[in-house]
Amino acid sequence: MAENYLEIKNLNVEINGKEILKDVSIKVKSGEIHALMGPNGTGKSTLAHSVMGNPRYKIKGGEIFLNGKKMNDLQIHERAREGIFLAFQEPVSVQGLRFINYLRTAYTSLHPEEKLEYKKFLDEVKELLNFFGLDNSFIDRGLNDGLSGGEKKRMEALQMLILKPKFIILDEIDSGLDVDALRIVSKAIQKAKENGAGIIIITHYQRILDYIKPDFVHVLIDGKIAESGKGDLAKIIEERGYEYYKGEINAKIE
Amino acid sequence: MQKLNDIEDINKEKYDFVTKIKPAYQTGKGINRELIEEISRVKKEPEWMKNIRLKALEIFLSKPIPTWGPDISEINFDEITYYIKPEDRKANDWNEVPDEIKNTFEKLGVPEMERKYLAGSVAQLESEGVYSKIKKQWADKGVVFMDMDSALQQYPEIIKEHFGKIVPPSDNKFAALNTAVWSGGSFLYIPKGVKMELPVQAYFRMNGEMEGQFERTLIIAEEGASVHYIEGCTAPTYSKYSLHAAVVEVYAKKDSKVRYTSVQNWSDNIINLPTKRAWVEENAKMEWVQGSLGSKITMTYPSSILRGEWASTSNLNVALATGNVWKDNGAKVIHAAPNTSSKVVAKSISGQGGMSVYRGLLRINKGAYNSKASVQCDALILDDHSKSNTYPHNEILDESASFSHEASVGKISEEQVNYLMSRGIREEDARSLIVLGFLDDVLKEIPLEYSLEFNKLIKLEMSKMGAVG
Repeated sequence: MAENYLEIKNLNVEINGKEILKDVSIKVKSGEIHALMGPNGTGKSTLAHSVMGNPRYKIKGGEIFLNGKKMNDLQIHERAREGIFLAFQEPVSVQGLRFINYLRTAYTSLHPEEKLEYKKFLDEVKELLNFFGLDNSFIDRGLNDGLSGGEKKRMEALQMLILKPKFIILDEIDSGLDVDALRIVSKAIQKAKENGAGIIIITHYQRILDYIKPDFVHVLIDGKIAESGKGDLAKIIEERGYEYYKGEINAKIE
Repeated sequence: MQKLNDIEDINKEKYDFVTKIKPAYQTGKGINRELIEEISRVKKEPEWMKNIRLKALEIFLSKPIPTWGPDISEINFDEITYYIKPEDRKANDWNEVPDEIKNTFEKLGVPEMERKYLAGSVAQLESEGVYSKIKKQWADKGVVFMDMDSALQQYPEIIKEHFGKIVPPSDNKFAALNTAVWSGGSFLYIPKGVKMELPVQAYFRMNGEMEGQFERTLIIAEEGASVHYIEGCTAPTYSKYSLHAAVVEVYAKKDSKVRYTSVQNWSDNIINLPTKRAWVEENAKMEWVQGSLGSKITMTYPSSILRGEWASTSNLNVALATGNVWKDNGAKVIHAAPNTSSKVVAKSISGQGGMSVYRGLLRINKGAYNSKASVQCDALILDDHSKSNTYPHNEILDESASFSHEASVGKISEEQVNYLMSRGIREEDARSLIVLGFLDDVLKEIPLEYSLEFNKLIKLEMSKMGAVG
């Protein structure tokens, strides 16, 4: 895969008139894993949804570029077709929409140039279900319908692999996963990286980073990037705690 | 936009055309004793049938127009043409059907469906069956499938014994009207123990405006028999209304199994008021599957009377009410014997000002002990101009019965739409997928050709909505 980049540049975002993100900048290249860390309610999910294009999140300033192409005015599905994928923190369910039908529609929407061989596609899905420790009955179940929290997360990770996006944002993929599931999902993220995807892992905890080494770490505090650094920053954050940054920011304001 | 046009072409062009024919016979407008006698005379019917008709006419004239549902007061019974015979011959081979009529049914895909997966087929244009066929292997087993007029000529005794017993003319004004002026419809007889693996289909086509189609269908499944009967209905669009008022009577005898699938895609000037009812005997099973796509007004409540112990019934209903449309759909189940069971699932979609109503009656009689019943009605409302109402009427008269009723009214959530869009799916396609998902547990029971039709129509409706909103 050719080298791609996703650039979030000085992004300012509001929800219902309330400013959430302030001048956030992150640049992700293919094959890189970035961890976006921070306490709850600091704007991590807002960043994820803003990049994906949810109209509830109003971009007040700044740009999102994919390989230099501005994403700001594109609708959600157009951004997805450019190669952005968001694994939702709380995936919605759609009763009666069979997973395989949904997935096939998604795949052909994202890759219209490919002629989908259904049999091959189905085999691939089955193989991945097996990889994630899910049985074949998930193929015909309604999308996320009646799934446990952990199952939903694994299904998000499965879609991340099969839909072949260029950039992946994982919004707290680790929450609700037990140790075994976390290990499998981490392996999947590693796979996606090897396939050349650029990845942003949004997490509250250090835990997932024990399984997967980020190349870069960003700390988001009160809607601002408080610090960015190499992968080893994660360890330092764990030792310091987020309180450290709160103090820093307050000090700067004063 | 290109896509929208493509879909529109498929749907409109497929059904919205007029067959240019000069009817072989046609009565004047209006209804009176002379009309009834004329129809009976033209059909060369036995005297007893004429008497049934005349008695029904009196009942029809004595009953007021119902006012408890949608407004049907625009029906002017003096303006309607009640009997139109398109063609003198009745064929058993498509090659013998006159070209213009044959082309009509070819455009509708009827001969193709017959070749592909049907055991038999009846095709009706206006008031008369023009074609009927039962494939040899089933004819050899004694299965009879033909238009009702031919059946009256060939099997008068069977008809006399069963006609108007389940749905008497006194049942309602439109059942009385049908009994008075009935023409066409189908007669299906499955002998004892014969299990038909392939379905049979009757296709009803109306061609004009200010006319009525009053087909009469009688299905008799003898002991241990099983059959799947499919009914399809279409018409071209006119500015003035036409009336469709059918009567369907089903005898599901001991240990038999009958599935009756009805997919109506009437044009939006049709007022559709059929009466459908089954007697379900010991250990027999009656399944009603209804897809209600078209028409201006529909009032239909297929009924099952569970008369024998262990008899069961299900009623799966999907109604689409978009635009200036009122769908009054429902089910009626009477548990009249012990250990009987019933299940009603009704799903409706209203959009662009459409009105969908679930109206049901469920009764478990005293003494129908250990009977089980469930009613589930779910409505999806697509915008603020559209409505949905539920009028379930439940009478549980036996204490040992178990009964459950669930109802839901919902909208498409924006979160669902956003989620699907985040996987590259366009907004209107996302909405279609959500709607089709909502309908899935009923749609999967509908034959493929028709459920594909549903898919196309839902997509068309969603793209229309996308265009305005």
